[in-house]
Amino acid sequence: MIDLQNFTPWASLLGGMLIGLATLILILLNGRIAGISGILGGLIKVRPHDIGWRLSFTLGLIASPLVWRFFAMLPPVKINADFPLLVISGLLVGIGTRFGSGCTSGHGICGLSRLSPRSIVATLSFMLAGFITVYLTRHILGL
Amino acid sequence: MTKNILFSFLAGLVFGLGLILAGMSNPAKVINFLDISALWKPIWVATAINGEKSGTPVLWDPSLAFVMLGAISISAIAFAIAKKRALSLLGLPIQIPTSRMIDKRLVLGSLTFGVGWGLSGICPGPAIVLLGIGSIKGLVFVLAMLAGMSIYEWLEAYRLSKRP
Repeated sequence: MIDLQNFTPWASLLGGMLIGLATLILILLNGRIAGISGILGGLIKVRPHDIGWRLSFTLGLIASPLVWRFFAMLPPVKINADFPLLVISGLLVGIGTRFGSGCTSGHGICGLSRLSPRSIVATLSFMLAGFITVYLTRHILGL
Repeated sequence: MTKNILFSFLAGLVFGLGLILAGMSNPAKVINFLDISALWKPIWVATAINGEKSGTPVLWDPSLAFVMLGAISISAIAFAIAKKRALSLLGLPIQIPTSRMIDKRLVLGSLTFGVGWGLSGICPGPAIVLLGIGSIKGLVFVLAMLAGMSIYEWLEAYRLSKRP
């Protein structure tokens, strides 16, 4: 059944359009792809003259809830995973996105927008893995 | 150079505000999207499974599909323009990936990412937003994610050193 109580089509559509606007700003002004895992990866293996925009983009992301709080109350955040699970999850996300050259933003949004075959395969792969993982943890293992 | 920094900050800020408005900064909502099996489960089963655990039925929340729709609708226009240009409006080279190779790294890496994403409902963008929200769990996730990215760099360095 569809969760009509928590379904937010308009806010999600509008939020998505803001994300699209951010990718527009970054590609048309900075000439770079808004792929978060790639941007963070470049902060770990630093190349000269390539760190400033990455750092400021990341700071913009960190600042966003602070700016939001200025005008409205932040929506609730609920993380059901416990600390050991968060560590495993984070490690897998870190290693996987670097090997797969992208995450939900770089492949899922930027890549699909330009119909990149690599990004289509990557997005199908991580969506499928996500669906199966949630099915197993929630309905089989009952985590 | 300064403009470059300023606009990438703006892009990060708008990206983050979009994630918050879209509901992506709430990992529980992301999990409710990834729980697609709830779609074909009748409501009485959905309520029973969830049982004593959280008090609300397990239902499918399709909101995140709308996030993708909204984002791609704008982003597609941006890339259609960007593809025709060599330089950005600030005079910087437009760097769009050109590789078309679909290999094991791409598929296995993405599958690994998907498993990690499914375990917590957190992907890299929202993880960084959670830092700004002041979530301790978000911080733990980000540190683990950065550790994972460092492991990747070590593995890459090792692989390249073994190459004849």
